[in-house]
Amino acid sequence: MASYGSPGAWGGASVGSGRPLRPPELARGVAMSRTITIDPVTRIEGHARITLQLDGDGHLVEARFHVLEFRGFETFCQGRPFTEMAAITARICGICPVSHMLTAARTGDKLLAVAIPAAAQKLRRLLNLAQISQSHALSFFHLSSPDLLLGWSCDPARRNLFGLIAAEPELARAGIRLRQFGQQIIERLAGRRIHGAWAVPGGVRSPLSPVDRDAILAGLPEAKATARLALERFKGLLDGPLRAEAQSFGHFPSLFLALVGPGGRWEHLDGGAAAGDGRSGGGLRIRAADGGLVADGLRAEAYASVLAEAVEPWSYLKAPYYRPYGYPGGLYRVGPLARLNVCEAIGTPWADAELIELRQRWGPVVLSSFAYHLARLIEIVACLEAIEALLHDPQLLDPHVRSRAGLNRLEAVGVGEAPRGTLFHHYEVDEQGLIRQLNLLIATGQNNLAMNRTVLQIARAFIPDPVPAGAEIPEELLNRVEAGIRCFDPCLSCSTHAAGSMPLRLELRDAAGGLLAVRERG
Amino acid sequence: MSVHTLSIDGRPVAVEAGASLLAACRGAGIALPTLCHLDGLTPVGACRLCLVEVEGQARPLAACVSAAAEGQVVRTDTAQLRQFRRMAVELFFAEGNHLCAVCVANGACELQDLAVAVGMDHSRFPARWPRRAVDASHPLFTLDHNRCILCSRCLRACDELEGAHVWDIAERGEHCRLVAGLDQPWGEVAACTSCGQCVDACPTGALFRRQESAGDHQPRRDRAAVLQQARQQKLWRNQGEVPP
Repeated sequence: MASYGSPGAWGGASVGSGRPLRPPELARGVAMSRTITIDPVTRIEGHARITLQLDGDGHLVEARFHVLEFRGFETFCQGRPFTEMAAITARICGICPVSHMLTAARTGDKLLAVAIPAAAQKLRRLLNLAQISQSHALSFFHLSSPDLLLGWSCDPARRNLFGLIAAEPELARAGIRLRQFGQQIIERLAGRRIHGAWAVPGGVRSPLSPVDRDAILAGLPEAKATARLALERFKGLLDGPLRAEAQSFGHFPSLFLALVGPGGRWEHLDGGAAAGDGRSGGGLRIRAADGGLVADGLRAEAYASVLAEAVEPWSYLKAPYYRPYGYPGGLYRVGPLARLNVCEAIGTPWADAELIELRQRWGPVVLSSFAYHLARLIEIVACLEAIEALLHDPQLLDPHVRSRAGLNRLEAVGVGEAPRGTLFHHYEVDEQGLIRQLNLLIATGQNNLAMNRTVLQIARAFIPDPVPAGAEIPEELLNRVEAGIRCFDPCLSCSTHAAGSMPLRLELRDAAGGLLAVRERG
Repeated sequence: MSVHTLSIDGRPVAVEAGASLLAACRGAGIALPTLCHLDGLTPVGACRLCLVEVEGQARPLAACVSAAAEGQVVRTDTAQLRQFRRMAVELFFAEGNHLCAVCVANGACELQDLAVAVGMDHSRFPARWPRRAVDASHPLFTLDHNRCILCSRCLRACDELEGAHVWDIAERGEHCRLVAGLDQPWGEVAACTSCGQCVDACPTGALFRRQESAGDHQPRRDRAAVLQQARQQKLWRNQGEVPP
């Protein structure tokens, strides 16, 4: 909730959030631009602030998503052996340690220039599928569904997971159990749910036992039932109460980037049997909003030639863009929706049926960022089906899971699909294998431009224009702005390689940058 | 064979004359924490964790380098000793860069085990975060100075068991560090036979096999004792119990 000028002038809504209202500190000049700040943004992974910049006439001119964390992994990894990268980079995040571990291990494979055993590749795939499904369950059930199921105007004190448990105990419990299913696969493979040091350059550290395989299989029916329940419930909302949001939440043309497998199939992990070689089809693909392919079959190593990173003074989060289209025209999106937009098909029956339905609902390339929520549910289905297929593969239990080799290359780029999008690790090492340069390109960073655009679009749709001077903006509208960010399920600790948890602050600033009003919760 | 009898923690203990207090304690089933001690190597009394109180002595003694004597009254587990031991472990952590989570020896580290044993949940001393290098010049092994606690077990294993004497401790005070050869990159030291005994002797993850990643390290820390016994018993062939 925000205020500026004297409170309560328009709408008059009392938001009842319990957040303190501070009077404007100063009014400078007559026609001044103002800024509305939402700080901290809640129910995302990390610390951030949103500011809405108004010009002198109260028109919304800019929206910015400020990321306030800084960590510096790329610096302190220098001088460390590359074999430690899977463990160190996993510590970037407690949500996606698996994604970093797998991408680091993949990059390590390329430095060793080894082909990892087939069982190791399948076990890594199983781990990543579990990671994607548990993270999507967290995003949908724990973080976003309070908005989607309880409504935008719901009391903020109840608009959270606990409110959801009170209102819809069955669905909330099923969602928590679905996340647990993914987490338990991770635990069975990597030894622990978070930060298990299991994937290593050359493969994985230990094979899967038949006992663990059977235990995972036993949990699949319930996980599938939950996915079905959530899909049906959410699709019902999309046809009804959430119809407006689907059109106004970041609905704009952009590029979409993701990995695809052979034949353009949905893919989540780089590296076939021959690590280090080109793939037999597949690779990184960029699709334009009109459905055309802008780039296809790109290898991970090509990332620096097609992607560039802009730095803005107001955020620690860099803003990558598609280099040939320039900044900020090269805006592209990554993540669940990008993966579904970029692929031709998923490759498993239920998920493919859902994908077709998604395209029937919103077109062959889905442009609304609100569709990320549905894409996440469809990917949960895809993961569960792929997990089932892998578990029935007898090769999965092969005890030969690690290839050994010395350092054979001094530079490598690994790529993988983290739950939130494409993740790049780029290492340069010296002859002893110590890291000389490290670059990490993270999903949330790649969605940075799209998140800013989404916030601006939602603010324009739901906040009156011009914003009358000295008015309050109801909590409900600001929550929609926040929810726009949540579509992307941003993970700021990863994207800035930084630390923290999430509160929300909104500031009103005049043209000179002076703080007029602030509203916060946390 | 002459025998000394003494009292340790109120229990009568008999040991062979010439045995150390540490040997007396262990013989009696009393666990004393150690870091620089390794069975099979000469004791040096560097880590100060095996401190015991002996009646009549003004200061605690390092049990590993103190001979057991007739009629001694020894205490191994007083409040003051516990405090000293915990402080010593905390100082080890504050002095180097010990990040268990990403260390090769995570789960197989004597310093980590000791921190748990002495009840250290954090270090009360500010970490120094020294800037230290990694020597990965050896084709088989890596030395990470960040994790070195200067216990000199590697040095003694190399000198006493392998007879190569590749390792030494150079400089003074906070600048003390392990050096190979004449302070050369390890891989350039011709004296090194690549036997790996230093790696097996290391109590932490300072010395490890190349390409080991977090939690990978599985040292054979009994190797020094096995080799020393084999030498005493004149077993010159590997009869299965000694790692190749």
